[in-house]
Amino acid sequence: MPYGPHAAGDRARMLEVVGVDSVDRLFDDIPEALRSGPLRLDPPEPELELSARLQALAGRNLTDLAGFLGAGAYRHWTPAAVDQMLLRSEWYTAYTPYQPEVSQGTLQSIYEYQSLLAELTAMDVVSASHYDGGAATAEAALMTSRATGRKRVLVSRGVHPHYRGTLATYAAGAGLTVEDIPLVAQGPSAGTTDFAALERLLADGIPVAGVVAANPNVLGLLEDMPRVGELAHGAGALFVHVIEPVSLAVLATPGETGADIACGEGQPLGIPLQYGGPYLGIVACRNALVRQIPGRLVGLTRDLDGKRAFVMTMRAREQDIRREKAASNICTNQALLALAAGIYLTAIGPHGLRDVAALGAARASELEAALAAAGAPRIHDGPYLNEFVVRVPDAPRVHARLLELGVLAGIPTADLLPGEPALDDGLLVCATEVTTPAEISRFASALAAELTMAAGLTGGAA
Amino acid sequence: MSVVGEQLQPTIFELSRPGRGGGKIPHPPAGALDRIPASARRATPPALPEIAEPEVVRHYVNLSTLNYAVDTGFYPLGSCTMKYNPKLNEWAARLPGFAALHPLAPDAAAQGTLQLLWELEAMLAEISGMTAVTLQPAAGAQGELTGILMVRAYHASRGDLERTEVLVPDSSHGTNPATASMAGFKTITIPSAPDGGVDLDAFRAALGPRTAAIMITNPSTLGLFEARIGELLEATHAVGALAYMDGANLNAILGRFRPGEAGFDVMHINTHKTFSTPHGGGGPGAGPVGVRDALEPFLPGPRVIREADGSFRLERSGERPTSIGRVRSFFGSTGVLVRAYAYLRSHGGTGLREVSDDAVLAANYLKALVGQAYQVPFDRPCMHEFVASAADLKHRTGVRTLDVAKRLIDKGYHPPTIYFPLTVEEAMLIEPTETESLETLDGFAAALIEIAREAETDPELVTSAPHDAPVRRLDEASAARQPNLRWRGMTGSEMPCPD
Repeated sequence: MPYGPHAAGDRARMLEVVGVDSVDRLFDDIPEALRSGPLRLDPPEPELELSARLQALAGRNLTDLAGFLGAGAYRHWTPAAVDQMLLRSEWYTAYTPYQPEVSQGTLQSIYEYQSLLAELTAMDVVSASHYDGGAATAEAALMTSRATGRKRVLVSRGVHPHYRGTLATYAAGAGLTVEDIPLVAQGPSAGTTDFAALERLLADGIPVAGVVAANPNVLGLLEDMPRVGELAHGAGALFVHVIEPVSLAVLATPGETGADIACGEGQPLGIPLQYGGPYLGIVACRNALVRQIPGRLVGLTRDLDGKRAFVMTMRAREQDIRREKAASNICTNQALLALAAGIYLTAIGPHGLRDVAALGAARASELEAALAAAGAPRIHDGPYLNEFVVRVPDAPRVHARLLELGVLAGIPTADLLPGEPALDDGLLVCATEVTTPAEISRFASALAAELTMAAGLTGGAA
Repeated sequence: MSVVGEQLQPTIFELSRPGRGGGKIPHPPAGALDRIPASARRATPPALPEIAEPEVVRHYVNLSTLNYAVDTGFYPLGSCTMKYNPKLNEWAARLPGFAALHPLAPDAAAQGTLQLLWELEAMLAEISGMTAVTLQPAAGAQGELTGILMVRAYHASRGDLERTEVLVPDSSHGTNPATASMAGFKTITIPSAPDGGVDLDAFRAALGPRTAAIMITNPSTLGLFEARIGELLEATHAVGALAYMDGANLNAILGRFRPGEAGFDVMHINTHKTFSTPHGGGGPGAGPVGVRDALEPFLPGPRVIREADGSFRLERSGERPTSIGRVRSFFGSTGVLVRAYAYLRSHGGTGLREVSDDAVLAANYLKALVGQAYQVPFDRPCMHEFVASAADLKHRTGVRTLDVAKRLIDKGYHPPTIYFPLTVEEAMLIEPTETESLETLDGFAAALIEIAREAETDPELVTSAPHDAPVRRLDEASAARQPNLRWRGMTGSEMPCPD
């Protein structure tokens, strides 16, 4: 066993104290008929060989592409100090701070995370933490049902399809009805939430617990979030604002748009892409909903001597205390990722975060111009921050072709959002502060060549 | 001398001074945001702290020293399996090929990770005796929800809609009943028998046509193997219900008991317990779920598929209509799964069995020593953890389990899990794991025994513990009554510069 501690003779001494002659005797409670044979797994691999195997596997992934893929997970530059701090094993080899006297590091870091995210979202309360953007959105929707006693939730199709999928799965268990709010198909508001449809949905059928919309939405477009809030509140429903945290350095916050709950994916705050996780689910709310919020909360308090200290609090919402009446079953969460987000925000600072958002927007403007010049203009008219859809005929084929040329050309919208005919010929692309002009011109020239060739072929056939 | 750092730290907000820090991101061109309408803009910039990098680093380094951790000392937190976290695994997860891979990267760009995930599924299926495994759940509790939603889908697919109840022993983790509620089921609590196992008569009486599933932790939270497991499984299946195993305690039975082979229909595995992925101060973990044939069609998506030519791909949306759907965004907590994969490969089949043998031996050894001074309610071999009780001590001296736990901090140890399971008075759930040396186990037992002696001779010393920690016991009541959940104290001199 590679990490075993025993010297020769240690096991024999332990067996003697226990009073058995073989460790097998300690497993006598397992009924004989149910005991298993040896595991059919490979033999142990020494570290030298295993490290080579892992390097070879990692090397089979293609990560040195000119990447324009976002769609809910974003390539960002992270200050080197973030990972250096995360590598301190006092952080990552501790667990839930059940004993506050020897966990003030984790507790204070969580309190600081709650405070930073509260400032960024302009909400009162932030819980720490949830699994990812999808699970956070599902928990937010369940929260609207608990708070209102209603069982119907409306979700804009501008919310990431994975979040909607996760919400649908959670809703099936909770007995909630979830209905989609369509996107406007044409005209100046194309690609954003259809408010006329939302009004109809709110007016018809059983009362609505919550209305969920995202800004920017999954197509990168900015939504009229205050309008969503007005319509939701007009029907007695709660308004859930799905956020992208870096964008909140410059975009209107959930606090300003009238949201009751904010939720979203914290990955852009210094967390590596790593094929989907571990990420960070953000859930925030107004004070009025604090007893309904799921997940850990850390509060500031005093010790017996009056010294300032931090402690997990309002635990009566949690599963280990309340069992079947808990606000959620969540226990293990994403504490280390909340720490990463806290260090990232502290290291990069308020101006740095604004610059990340603004530089991404600037690179996206350059990308938009270059792709339009290559023959792929935007599909939508509405404003965006750093992600948008361009029209590319036969987009999945072109996307595959560009991959062979070392360009990850975003994602075909037909794959991301099937069932939207207006998006059949689209590529969703994004730029961030790490996107370079060289990458943009590589993408644009490869795309131009591809579109020219395709046009030539079509012309020849005609 | 405190076992953790003694210097409390100011908050990052108190360290902020306008004009400090910055310089990490190139300045964006002027007017970069001009195309964003004013109505869509944030009115006031966020008041995040401004701190120079040296101070940021000192803040987080000094904060970290206030934590007790596996890498600083013995952490016998029952039910959590706080074993050593191999450094190779941290290195592996940070390899750029793994760390920089976008979750929506086309399959052709993700072959290394997809192969790793596919192999990991196969290894976990072998260990659990299950037919198929999903790696997606982000933690044990999400694994439970995934499993119970599959149970629900299974019954519904058979038109069996009357099954509204889930049976849970009274010694179970709180996540089990909380999960049952989230999945829309009513929890029926089954009492324990005097020997610590499930009371078979009460269990049989509660089973019936309304039972959708039983959820059993095996070994149980009392650290005992459920010796009547064969009867429990047979009775469950006889009424058409399914059996869920909470795999939190899998560390005791690797290569000894394969739940799927024994008759469980579905179970979750906590990679952060059994397979050494770090606990992260509360997470992240991962909660893969294994199922037998009957539940395989309902697994969440996307699954990893191996094609005839040996290449790998992710299942496409809608490809398997029987699926319960997504339980999260993207594929899963892949960075955690890379670590678990490295752990399994480094141990192999023989090493994993040694893990359980040594974990169980360590627990029985410690139980024999601790039993000299505390009650050990169940007089039979334990699995990888055991329950001790300070009930006698409390009646004799007034010193409670909480006090013993706090006094352990003075002696240099993280306390065990306390007041759980709920079925034992003044419980301490002690789990040493297989990676602790004999000297460490001896030292911990000696400390516990000495505390029992102190309780007799100087109870005040114990009830006022900890004495050697950066803070004393906290006022948890007023923290809950008047919650202060965010810093609002940034004053003018701490506020960031205007843009």
